[in-house]
Amino acid sequence: MANSYGHTVKAFDEDLTQLRGLVAEMGGRAENAISGSIEALVRRDLEGAAGIVQEDRRIDEINAEIERHVVRLIALRAPLADDLREVLAALKIGGLIERMGDYAKNIAKRVPLIAEAANVEPLSILPPMASVVSNMVHDALDAFAARDPVTAQQVCETDRTVDDFYDSMFRALLTHMMENPTTITSATHLLFVAKNLERIGDHATNVAEMVYFAATGEQLGERPRGADALAATQR
Amino acid sequence: MARTSRILLIGLAIVLTGVALAAELPRALTVAIALAAGLIAMRALRRTAVEDDAAPAAELALAAQATSAAELAAILQAIDEPLLVVEGRRVAQANAAARAVLGEHIVEEDARVALRHPAAADRITGAAPGDRPIELVGIGERDRRWELRVHPLGPTQRLVRLADRTGVYATERMRVDFVANASHELRTPLAAILGLIETLEDANGPGDETVRARFLSVMLKEARRMQRLIDDLLSLSRIEADKYRAPQDRVALAPLAAEVADACRAGAAEPPKIMLDVAPGLPDAAGDRAQLSQLLHNLVGNALKYGKPGGPVRIAIKAPSPGMLSLAVADEGDGVPPEHLPRLTERFYRVDPGRSRAGGGTGLGLAIVKHIVERHRGRLDIASAIGKGTTVTVLLPQATVEVLGERLSA
Ligand SMILES: Nc1ncnc2c1ncn2[C@@H]1O[C@H](COP(=O)(O)OP(=O)(O)O)[C@@H](O)[C@H]1O
Ligand SMILES: [Mg+2]
Repeated sequence: MANSYGHTVKAFDEDLTQLRGLVAEMGGRAENAISGSIEALVRRDLEGAAGIVQEDRRIDEINAEIERHVVRLIALRAPLADDLREVLAALKIGGLIERMGDYAKNIAKRVPLIAEAANVEPLSILPPMASVVSNMVHDALDAFAARDPVTAQQVCETDRTVDDFYDSMFRALLTHMMENPTTITSATHLLFVAKNLERIGDHATNVAEMVYFAATGEQLGERPRGADALAATQR
Repeated sequence: MARTSRILLIGLAIVLTGVALAAELPRALTVAIALAAGLIAMRALRRTAVEDDAAPAAELALAAQATSAAELAAILQAIDEPLLVVEGRRVAQANAAARAVLGEHIVEEDARVALRHPAAADRITGAAPGDRPIELVGIGERDRRWELRVHPLGPTQRLVRLADRTGVYATERMRVDFVANASHELRTPLAAILGLIETLEDANGPGDETVRARFLSVMLKEARRMQRLIDDLLSLSRIEADKYRAPQDRVALAPLAAEVADACRAGAAEPPKIMLDVAPGLPDAAGDRAQLSQLLHNLVGNALKYGKPGGPVRIAIKAPSPGMLSLAVADEGDGVPPEHLPRLTERFYRVDPGRSRAGGGTGLGLAIVKHIVERHRGRLDIASAIGKGTTVTVLLPQATVEVLGERLSA
C-alpha cells in the first residue's frame, strides 16, 4: 500500500512540475510580447509588431494545454489541500498570463495605426511605464518560479506606481489632444496602449496574489482601487 | 585481452570527444569533461573484468550512470560558470553558480521554470536545436546579459551553460560610443573647412585679400586639428594592438626627459620654465622609447596648457621601490576638481572642452598615456589640489639583466 501511495505522490510531483513548466514557458513568452510590443511601437517596427500578434497563438495554445493538463491531473491524482491549491493557482495564473498576452497583442495591433505617434509628445511616458510593468510581470513570474511570497507581496505594492503613470499619461494625452486636434486619432490609440499596460500591471498583481495564496494559503489584503479615468469610455 | 583494448579505445574516443569539444568550451569545463570521460572509461574497464558478454555501449551506459550523480556533481561544483544538467525537461543538477543566479529552487524543477525565456525553452527541450548561443537578458538581475549554450550529454541529458556577457556588452557599447565620439570630433573641423571653402569661392575680388588670408589661416588651423586627432587615434590603436607584448628596450629616462623639455621650450617666444629633478645613479627603464617620449610630451604638454602660464613645470625621476622607477610631472595650475579625476583618462573626456580645444587638445592625451603605462605594466596616478596644481606620476619597471635565462634586477 505504502508503495502504491509513494508511486502516486511521485506521479503527482511529476505532473505538477510539468504544469509549472508550462506556466513558466507561457510567462516567458508573455514577457517577451510585452516588452516587444512597446519596442515595436516606439521604433515603429511593423514587422516586429506582426510577429508578436502571430506569437500570441502559441500563448493561447499553451493555455489550452494547461487546462487539459489540470483536468487530467485532478481526475487522475485527486490532489487534496495544499496540492489542490497549488494546481488551481497554476491554472488561474495561466489564465491571467493568457490575458496579459492578449493585451500585448492589442498593443502590437495598434502599432500600424499610430503612424504619426512620434509627434505625440506624451509618447515618451510609455517606455518608462512599460518598463515598470515589465518589471512587475518579471518579478511576479520569478515569485511563481521560486514560490516566494515576499517577492509576490512586493509586486502588489508596485501596482500603485503603474496607476500613477496611467493617470499622468491620461492627463498629458488629454492636454495634447486639446492643443493639437490633428493628432487626436494617434493620441487616442496611445491612450488605449497605456490602458492595456495598466491592465497588464493589474494582472501581474493578480498573479502575485495567486502566488502568495498558493505559497501561504492566505489571501493578500484587498487592494484599494483608484477611480478609473477611462472606465466610462470603455464600455 | 581484445575486449580490454576495445574498451580502452572507447574510453580514448570519449576523451578525444571531450578534447574536440574543448575548442568551444572554456578550459575548466574541458578539463571536467575529459575527467568525466576518463572516469567512465575506467569504470568500463573495471566492469569488463567481472561481467560477461555485454555490449560495450551498454556497459558504458551503465558506467556513465555509476559515474554520474555524485562525481558529475562534484565536477560541476568546481566550475564557477552557471551550469545545469537537464534530464528531459527536469533540472537534474545545478551548480552553486547557477543556483546563485537562478535561485535555490530550480533543482528538480522544470527547466522552463528555471529559465523563463521562449528561445531557451525550445533549445533546452530539444524542440529547436542549434549551435548558436541564445542571448538572454534579465535573468537573475534585470540588466545582466547572458549567453546560453546547450550541449547534449546523452539521449535525454543536456548540459546548459550560461556565460555572463554583461562586461562584453558594456565594452561593445564603449566601442560604439568611441566611434561616435571620434566621428563627431573629426566632423567639427571638417565642417569648418568646408564652410570656409564655400565662402572663399565668393571672396575672390581684388579687395578680398585680407579675408582670404584670414580664412586660409583658419582652414590651416582646422586641418592641423584634424591631423592631430588622426595622429592620436592612430597612436591609440597602435598602442592597443601591442598591449600584450611588454616592451623590452632599455630606456634612460633622464636624457629622454631633457630632450622632451627642450622640444617643449623650443619655438615659444618666451620659453616656459621646465625643471628636471633626477636622482643620481638611476637604472634604465624597461620600455619603448618612442612611446615613453610620447607619454612625456603629453604630460608636459598638459602641464604647460593647464598649469600656471609660463611654468614652472617639474619633471622628477626617482627609484621609489626596488625594481621600479617613477616619473612625475607637476604643475602649479588651478588643479582638477576631484569629481573629474577618475574620468580624465577616458577618451575625449575634458574638464573644460573650450579650453582644451583652444590649446589644440584632442581629448586623447591622457587616454594615450594610460594605454602606454598599461602596456609597460606600470601604474598611473593623478593627484590634484585645487588652486595648487596637478601631479601626474607614472611608475615603470626597471630594465632587467638576463643571466642564463634567469632575470635579475639590474
Ligand atoms: N595638468 C593638468 N591640470 C589640469 N587639468 C588637466 C591637466 N591635465 C589634464 N587635465 C584635464 O584633463 C583633460 C584631458 O586631458 P587630455 O586627455 O590630455 O586631453 P586634452 O589635453 O587634449 O584636452 C583636459 O581637457 C583637462 O581638462
Ligand atoms: Mg592633453
